[in-house]
Amino acid sequence: MRYLPLTQPDRQAMLAAIGARTIDDLFVDVPSEARLSGPIEGLPLHASEMAVERHFSNLARKNMAASHHPFFLGAGAYKHHVPASVDHIIQRGEFLTAYTPYQPEIAQGTLQMLFEFQTQVARLFGCDVANASMYDGSTACWEAIGMAGRITKRTKAVLSSGLHPHYVSVAKTMAKYTGDALDTALPELSAKTDSERLLAAVDTDTSCVVVQYPDILGRIEDLSALAAKAHENGALLIAVVTEPVALGAIKSPGEMGADIVVGEGQSLGVGLQFGGPYVGLFACNEKFVRQMPGRLCGETVDAEGKRGFVLTLSTREQHIRREKATSNICTNSGLCALAFSVHMTLLGEKGLRGLASLNHALAVEAAGRLTQIDGVELVNDSFFNEFTLRLPKEARPVVRAMADRKVLGGVSLGRLYPGVEQLENGLVVAVTEVATDEDIEKFTTALQEVLA
Amino acid sequence: MTAINQSGWKPEMTALRPAQDETDVAGTYTGNKALMLEEPLIFEIGHDGSTGIDLAEAPQVASRLGGLQRNRDIGLPGLSEPEAVRHYTRLSRQNYAIDLGFFPLGSCTMKHNPRLNEKVARMAGFADVHPMQPVETVQGALAVIHQLAHWLITLTGMKAVAMSPKAGAHGELCGILAIRAALTARGDARSVILCPESAHGTNPATAAFAGYQVENIPATSEGRVDLEALKARLGPDIAGVMITNPNTCGLFERDMRAISDAVHAAGGYVYCDGANFNAIVGRVRPGDLGIDAMHINLHKTFSTPHGGGGPGSGPVVLSEALAPFAPLPFVDKDGEHYRLVEEETVGEHHDKTFGRMVAFHGQMGMFTRALAYIMSHGADGLRQVAEDAVLNANYILRSLQDVLDAPFAHSGPCMHEALFSDDGMAEGFSTLDIAKGLIDEGYHPMTVYFPLVVHGAMLIEPTETESKATLDQFIGALRSVAGRAKAGDQSLKSAPHHAPRRRLDETQAARKPVLVWREPEQAVAAE
Repeated sequence: MRYLPLTQPDRQAMLAAIGARTIDDLFVDVPSEARLSGPIEGLPLHASEMAVERHFSNLARKNMAASHHPFFLGAGAYKHHVPASVDHIIQRGEFLTAYTPYQPEIAQGTLQMLFEFQTQVARLFGCDVANASMYDGSTACWEAIGMAGRITKRTKAVLSSGLHPHYVSVAKTMAKYTGDALDTALPELSAKTDSERLLAAVDTDTSCVVVQYPDILGRIEDLSALAAKAHENGALLIAVVTEPVALGAIKSPGEMGADIVVGEGQSLGVGLQFGGPYVGLFACNEKFVRQMPGRLCGETVDAEGKRGFVLTLSTREQHIRREKATSNICTNSGLCALAFSVHMTLLGEKGLRGLASLNHALAVEAAGRLTQIDGVELVNDSFFNEFTLRLPKEARPVVRAMADRKVLGGVSLGRLYPGVEQLENGLVVAVTEVATDEDIEKFTTALQEVLA
Repeated sequence: MTAINQSGWKPEMTALRPAQDETDVAGTYTGNKALMLEEPLIFEIGHDGSTGIDLAEAPQVASRLGGLQRNRDIGLPGLSEPEAVRHYTRLSRQNYAIDLGFFPLGSCTMKHNPRLNEKVARMAGFADVHPMQPVETVQGALAVIHQLAHWLITLTGMKAVAMSPKAGAHGELCGILAIRAALTARGDARSVILCPESAHGTNPATAAFAGYQVENIPATSEGRVDLEALKARLGPDIAGVMITNPNTCGLFERDMRAISDAVHAAGGYVYCDGANFNAIVGRVRPGDLGIDAMHINLHKTFSTPHGGGGPGSGPVVLSEALAPFAPLPFVDKDGEHYRLVEEETVGEHHDKTFGRMVAFHGQMGMFTRALAYIMSHGADGLRQVAEDAVLNANYILRSLQDVLDAPFAHSGPCMHEALFSDDGMAEGFSTLDIAKGLIDEGYHPMTVYFPLVVHGAMLIEPTETESKATLDQFIGALRSVAGRAKAGDQSLKSAPHHAPRRRLDETQAARKPVLVWREPEQAVAAE
């Protein structure tokens, strides 16, 4: 077996050194009725590298890959071009095969990278500080709701109807156990968000208001009034960003008064990967730092006075505080955070602003072309690189029919909100820098044909 | 942003320190030491206006940004591609990693990460598909999830598996929420979860998050669960127990079946922390021990890379009693067609689910890697994995117990990890000094100060992917370092001497946290 270095003579010599006769002597504490006498039946035996690779190649071919077709899906996961050097860096064994930096003297590479990542995320979100990452955007979102509860000592969270429905589902699952009361609503297929509902719902029992920016339909709205209303009532404003590239073009949530900003970092460096692993982004105002979940990397000095980095404020965390920890989270999403950070570094200020302008311009053009199709209307007044179309019929079968024509043409609201009749004609379309003029043309043609 | 290499080049620090005598070595102008290179932060390297990515010019369009155009700089530095690649390459060289050497972190299972797994995970059909594509366009991806699920269910002898949890602790949460949902479904509000003191911190943190009080299960002097004491505590308020098996002292819980039977008889459920499944994979099925739920860390037992702290993946196998409460979504097979059970179809198939834990379908990138590892080993190779992991750990235990205190050496063979304490060191010397001494010897230290039940714990997990020669050299090195700690060698107190950094001041880091970089003038102004 190619991954196992011990030879048969090694095994014999080691058993002799231990004083055991056979390997079974080392498993004596397993009750005999639970000991298996040979390989588990019904499972294949070991396979060569070539055989395994072939198995996966065959399965991979059964999927429609985004880069092989005109592709316009978003709704919380975005297709962006990832520079070749990102994957090169994250495959360096020193990053790929390292562990959590518990021994900082020999983990400065990971630690300094995390410090840079935290700074990038904090700046992008317009917050004072950020942590070393969470599992993904949806779990970062419910952790933020939990954190707001700890800070305000209140249990009512008001969720915008523009928050990704899966994020709402995750929060609802967790709320069943934590005793939080969630005030939620379904979105309407309209340019108007439900900010009036949110403003009316905030009161002195409210721990937080949660708003996605841009929202699930792609709409962008100034958060300042919500922040002011929340703060008047002693509540926090949590902003959720599922497309961080947008913040290269629009104001950061922190700038508009958000207290906690969380997001999904998949868009930069990580790739689609059928939904995971992704990387949760988590930033907040400095005064709340001791209530944050997850790992934090901080600057310090070594015994010679040289700058260095360590994991810090771990008295918030489960391995020290156990049942009193701010979260049960242990691992973060280190390698995805590295991919995000390398991509951000390569972009820089100029690159991110340019990428955002390009995304927006292509989306505006695509929206213009798609809405020339009879019966297709643009729902949004405002958007960044994602908008919602109202089709003259149910969108879900339309998406399937476009896939038959080899066009991956958006996410239907029927998939996101199954059974909600007033949303079933909605189609969420994301247009990024990977969309060529020809792709947009093929998409327009396919949609036109399917609707005809 | 002009570059000031604060981490390295500082004239007053090292530059051109002259040699004191002919045996001394002068400092260097740069602060570098040949291949040991100091590296500033990206914010200290970058220049305004530079970028490492060339983009097409955006077409001129009328903005639809709703009047919210960004009008402030973000504050990101600009680096060209060569500057960025060199930056990260230099940083990488300050990390210890499995690819470089022996990494015996107990409970973390740092085994070799095969590159085949990286290759298959990057195939466009897996890496470049969107989670919300029509299911007809992702049949191969769903097949991978279904095949891995089948292996996990079969290897553990359980009824079902929830694939979506994102990491071990997230898997624990999944299991505990399933237990709570099952109790709620039968109208039984129980309030307490029992955990041994030797448990991972995530166990009590998870139980507390799910709304339970956490109580301690006493241990025997052997380092195992005290069955009689546990039985005495069971009653109508106990929702369940969380037990790690093999446990964090490296021992198999001999009474596991009796524990499960007693908990079930009292109306509770048994959660098993499966962090240590690699010790028994292919030799023991947890389902045969009466377990109701157990998470499997794909990044431990099934070798997906740890990545400097994630991403992990924590599928949870479930017993017949808990399977109906499993979270959404999951993959089902109808003839040759795979389907995804989400909120939409849940009514007809899975109406007792406790809900959704994550936005999408779990860690697909980890599923491909784990399945490639599992198929490479097969049922026979996985059994050998457990045997070699256990053999290596016992070899370490018996080769070191004469120089290091092994508190449970009398309790029988260990499983995949060997536990020692710092008993017997010279006055003022402890586990930390031994760990830092090992760094100078070129090793990543073992897990230290965990489990909490042993003073100055040192938990050594060699894994099955180490050769006998590696183990022999490590044993020699640890004997040497332990000898120095016993003899009171002061140079050990200031170790490491040869790492990129000396001991770091963690107290200062926590007292006045600096979590982000600020321009120097700004940082001064803030004080």
